[in-house]
Amino acid sequence: MSREEVFEKLNEVFRDVFDDEEITVTDATTADDIEDWDSLEHINLLAAVEQEFGMKFNMGQVVSMKNVGEMADIIISQI
Amino acid sequence: MKELEYPFDSESVLKKSKKFRRQLLEGRTDFLSKKIAVLGGSTTHDIVRILEVFLLNQGIRPQFYESEYAQYWQDVMFDNPELVEFAPDLIYIHTSNRNVTAYPAVTDTVQQVEAALEEQYEHFHVMWEKIAEKYHCPVIQNNFEYPFYRLLGNQEAVCLQGRISFLNRLNEKFYQYARTHTGFYIHDINYMAASYGLDKWADPFYWHMYKYAMCMSAIPEFAYNLSNMIKAIFGKNKKALVLDLDNTLWGGIVGDDGVENLEIGQETSMGQVYSEFQSYVKAHKEIGVMLNINSKNEYDNAIAGLEHPDGILKPDDFILIKANWEPKSRNIQEIAAELNILPDSLVFVDDNPAEREIVETQVPGVAAPAIGAPEQYIRILDHAGFFEVTALSEDDRKRNEMYKANLARQKQQLSFGDYTQYLLSLEMKGTIKPFEPVYMARIAQLTNKSNQFNLTTKRCTQSDIEQFAADDGYITRYGKLEDKFGDNGVVSVVIGRKERDKDALHIDLWLMSCRVLKRDMEYAMMDSVVEACRQCEIHTIFGYYYPTAKNAMVREFYRTLGFAKIQEDAEGGSIWRFDITESYEKKNKVIEVQG
Repeated sequence: MSREEVFEKLNEVFRDVFDDEEITVTDATTADDIEDWDSLEHINLLAAVEQEFGMKFNMGQVVSMKNVGEMADIIISQI
Repeated sequence: MKELEYPFDSESVLKKSKKFRRQLLEGRTDFLSKKIAVLGGSTTHDIVRILEVFLLNQGIRPQFYESEYAQYWQDVMFDNPELVEFAPDLIYIHTSNRNVTAYPAVTDTVQQVEAALEEQYEHFHVMWEKIAEKYHCPVIQNNFEYPFYRLLGNQEAVCLQGRISFLNRLNEKFYQYARTHTGFYIHDINYMAASYGLDKWADPFYWHMYKYAMCMSAIPEFAYNLSNMIKAIFGKNKKALVLDLDNTLWGGIVGDDGVENLEIGQETSMGQVYSEFQSYVKAHKEIGVMLNINSKNEYDNAIAGLEHPDGILKPDDFILIKANWEPKSRNIQEIAAELNILPDSLVFVDDNPAEREIVETQVPGVAAPAIGAPEQYIRILDHAGFFEVTALSEDDRKRNEMYKANLARQKQQLSFGDYTQYLLSLEMKGTIKPFEPVYMARIAQLTNKSNQFNLTTKRCTQSDIEQFAADDGYITRYGKLEDKFGDNGVVSVVIGRKERDKDALHIDLWLMSCRVLKRDMEYAMMDSVVEACRQCEIHTIFGYYYPTAKNAMVREFYRTLGFAKIQEDAEGGSIWRFDITESYEKKNKVIEVQG
């Protein structure tokens, strides 16, 4: 899967989770950019991403992940 | 909403809950509003989020109070003012084995283990007693699921010092409390975890990262199970099964294959599957679920199939058998009408997705679960939780018999010219008295499930009912009705509130079970209320009608009792007045009443 395809799928997941069809994420997107993305929604978001790509984040990755770009890197390394 | 009916896709429920919530709120307005306090011993955020959509789908609109992280005990014991002000209709205590603090050490003596067990139990016990005293509302308490590791291996369950042994004994003490306290319910998360798979359920990642007691993807099933308990407590259980025959209750098509070739009984493995399913269906009679048939068949073939010597279900087990070539949607509407219940109380069980689709679209409200392959029927119906039992009442066990007697009465009715003559022939005996302890559970149940003959649709918990009974400021009456075909049990409830310093009574609640419609029971209740008013010098009675989607049948009820309408609002709500005169004549002339 190319990086573009990963981002396309991520966009779908973000739109579902936050029920907002306007969302488009980039490498630099962080929780500050999306209004409803707080620490609690983060849990739901990660579970949805894991399910979409059929992979699992470990604790170390979750703790250190800084933006959507890093999230995409981890996804690409695991699928 | 199909996406939220069992078996649902948990991942999509988790991901799309916001969208589902929005659609459910747009879809209807007649929600039952309830305030639910969630007191957590671990994170509850996503549990509440998912619970909300399942409850909305069940017609309940919850407003939540969530305790701060792991403050369940403190909130109760120290009267958190926010919780007190919230005044919950139901309290849910979400604790898990992560909240067990008094596990014994392997080196403990038996006495030390006993002390630890007592200490751990008391931690919860004092909280429950405090809730009972302060909040008077139903309580749902989790039991404990097993831990995901076993230091002592299989001995964990055997040695008193083992954690599994400890949790089993602690759970048993919880159950003991639940058995002896009404309005206190155990949410069996130990079963949920086992059914889900303990290793997946207890994934430590979710505890250490987010302080969730279970993994994220288990939350929908967890919340769904919890929503089933809540809907049952608030009177929204289903009431009847409507079953297809061919390839649902037996393998094969009776009209084509002949009775002797049906798959049922112990001879083949498919036959065994259907036998087990028939046993499972039949057991529902014991919890008060009414069984009915809706099948495309010649009637005689249907009966022949049900009389199969190896079959568990017999024609006699069913209240209504509709076997004909009419659309199943029409049959099911007739079944609802003849049983005097609403279509949304029915569960339609049919192996054919096309039939399920027709029924679901033509008769909104009927549940028509996707029951899968025959070997999955039981699991899917069971986990769907349509008939969640909160407490077994004697009436539940007898309901099938009562409805049968009702149908016999209807047949009799046809042979009488004069209706009064028919009523007299029923030899009805009523008992109408102030609320009594043995009937409190049944009275509360009626307030929660009567929708049609219900003037104000006031819902009450058992503790509410007990409080009205004990309060001098209220006149309470329950009515039981027996006739020559059987005992109908408690069928009518009236609660009147005395106006302080005035000689007036306000009827806060008047309901009657539809199974005794047109029996003049309402007249007998009126006579009893009037009599009670006279004894305490009350001369005026005010009746109220609050319209809902379901109670149009009683819009003019008070007029039939001789009340005068004194006010009506734009929505159709009305206020009625009745002056008790010296010459009041008893309205009931057909029921022999003991007061």
